[in-house]
Amino acid sequence: MWAFVLFIAVTIVTYVIFYAIPANPARLACGQRATAECIKRAAHYLGTDRPLYVQYGKFFGRLMPVAGLGPNNFSPHFKTPNLGRSFTNRLTVNSVVLNAAPVTASLVFGGAVFWMLIALPVGILSALRPRSLLDRIAMVFVLVGISAHPVWIGLLLAYFLGFKAGVFPITGYCDFINPSGNCGGPVQWAYHLVLPWATFAFLFAALYVRMIRANVMEALGEDYVRTARAKGAPEWLVMRSHVLRNALLPVVTMLGMDIGIALGGAIFTESVFGLPGLGKTAIQAIENFDLPTTQGVVVFATLCIILLTLVVDLLYAWIDPRIRLT
Amino acid sequence: MALLEVTDLKTYFRTDDGVVRAVDGVSFSVDKGQTLGIVGESGSGKSVTCLTIMGLNPKRTAMSSGTAMWKGEDLLTATPKRLREIRGSEIAMIFQDPMTSLNPVHKIGAQLAEAMRLHEDVSKKTARARALELLKAVGIPRAERRLDDYPHQFSGGMRQRVMIAMSLINNPDLLIADEPTTALDVTTQAQILTLIEKLQEEFGSAVIMITHDLGVVAEIADDVVVMYAAEVAEKGGVEQIFKKPHHPYTWGLMGSLPRLDADVERLVQIQGQPPSMLRPPTGCRFHPRCPYVMPICKEVDPALAPVSDDPGHLQSCHLDEETKNREAAKLLAGMMAEAS
Repeated sequence: MWAFVLFIAVTIVTYVIFYAIPANPARLACGQRATAECIKRAAHYLGTDRPLYVQYGKFFGRLMPVAGLGPNNFSPHFKTPNLGRSFTNRLTVNSVVLNAAPVTASLVFGGAVFWMLIALPVGILSALRPRSLLDRIAMVFVLVGISAHPVWIGLLLAYFLGFKAGVFPITGYCDFINPSGNCGGPVQWAYHLVLPWATFAFLFAALYVRMIRANVMEALGEDYVRTARAKGAPEWLVMRSHVLRNALLPVVTMLGMDIGIALGGAIFTESVFGLPGLGKTAIQAIENFDLPTTQGVVVFATLCIILLTLVVDLLYAWIDPRIRLT
Repeated sequence: MALLEVTDLKTYFRTDDGVVRAVDGVSFSVDKGQTLGIVGESGSGKSVTCLTIMGLNPKRTAMSSGTAMWKGEDLLTATPKRLREIRGSEIAMIFQDPMTSLNPVHKIGAQLAEAMRLHEDVSKKTARARALELLKAVGIPRAERRLDDYPHQFSGGMRQRVMIAMSLINNPDLLIADEPTTALDVTTQAQILTLIEKLQEEFGSAVIMITHDLGVVAEIADDVVVMYAAEVAEKGGVEQIFKKPHHPYTWGLMGSLPRLDADVERLVQIQGQPPSMLRPPTGCRFHPRCPYVMPICKEVDPALAPVSDDPGHLQSCHLDEETKNREAAKLLAGMMAEAS
């Protein structure tokens, strides 16, 4: 329910911001030598000559999966939600978003796997040996990771590993499923994404090292961990069954929410490495005052975040018996 | 031979502020099937003593010396592997706070079964049956159904029963109960104590009961160790300690028991705070709080010495026996008068 309210709020805000910007998409559509006649026609064609609430109403009507609920005719039927057409190239926004989404998804989920692969062992080991050399090195890494901007890290990685060493490709994206020419398939896909993943994962890996370290240290001090040792449980069992099981509960929640946030953070990484993902699409759309495309990306990202939060809630209820739904 | 013989046990902790002497030369022994009560204020080193015996102190900060002979084998020098074999099967422990001592994400039955399967090569089914048997023995109603419940679905008293069931699942020779009733309400406390006594008879385990409640000790202990500031203040049979207490600290503990006495508006308390074990007082550690303090007390730490007419009763106080006998008699007479 709240998700729905949130969704409406987000889309309205996008509309209002666009309305407030002193730019005229219709004028842009007519090119450099725009005649008044052309602008008027274009504005009518794009729908920007209507009041804001009418534009929003039309957008919302297109988006709803159920149609035919007007006051005069009542013939409800399901239809595919439609995000309209781009102002600039008249492609349907649905197709634009659907083409860009897999790229961002590859980046974000691959990045999440990447950062967890770094954060889990480092976090756990530094919790087990606080103040050790490893712990101190990890803390420096965390500090750098939190302070440094992804664009900077991305450029550094691209320069040293991509340009100087030539180990990894600097730009481009290869489709996971459909090979086109010599570029495609899982291997090429992963190969092209290594640098973006590393860039993207750096900040989150840093945050997660800190969080996992704190959680594991806290769990190690719990009474039930002492109970487990008093039962005679060997250390690996104490860690696996009693410490980690409890310490990683909050990490699961955080992970779900952060993947949502990361969809937004992907903009920088996508720009640096020229990946044709949602972030890059959004930036291009904003530069061209292309409201439907921007709105499409916003709608899609909002839906993703809402869905992820829901999944996390359900998952949490499944793994933590204390908040299990009855 | 005693089941457990602890001699000159010391445990120090390294902290950022310096070395804390949590246990400083404690000796006692427990015989088969007997109950030893260890009494003292918070921070007197009772719990650390037992955690040291179990090898459960944090390895990075704790240093221990002395010996703890378990059936002729020193627990302090035993390998971690051997200690793990002993823990939970020969020596089991119950902790103070049942609310936090059970793992919130595992079912009760699984936690009980785990305790058994760690030490015996039995099937899950057998372990589960044994868990059920124990839950029934500790008086959990509808035990069959509760096996698959999680700790948060139990009340505090019930969780402590679960803890007891878990500790007894391997028929241990010694059960260490670290303030098992402190976190519970009064009626539940009595039930848990009765339960421990009953099960002790049934299973034949020896018990070390750590508590700050003299009433608990009087009720179930055979021998008593009174600890103050990481040292033994007085030690003896329960009769000796309660009929003829020899240390001003023991008198203080007895004096601070609540009584049904109309004349006394407040509980008599021992003046002052327990000392910091970073810098323990010179001489007798009780001297800053002792109403009978003498010049020698500030200089010389009294040794633990037997009472003249009773070699089994040890105490560490500079006061002459005549004064001690007189004061103890006065205290007891006062208590008897109120009781009648």
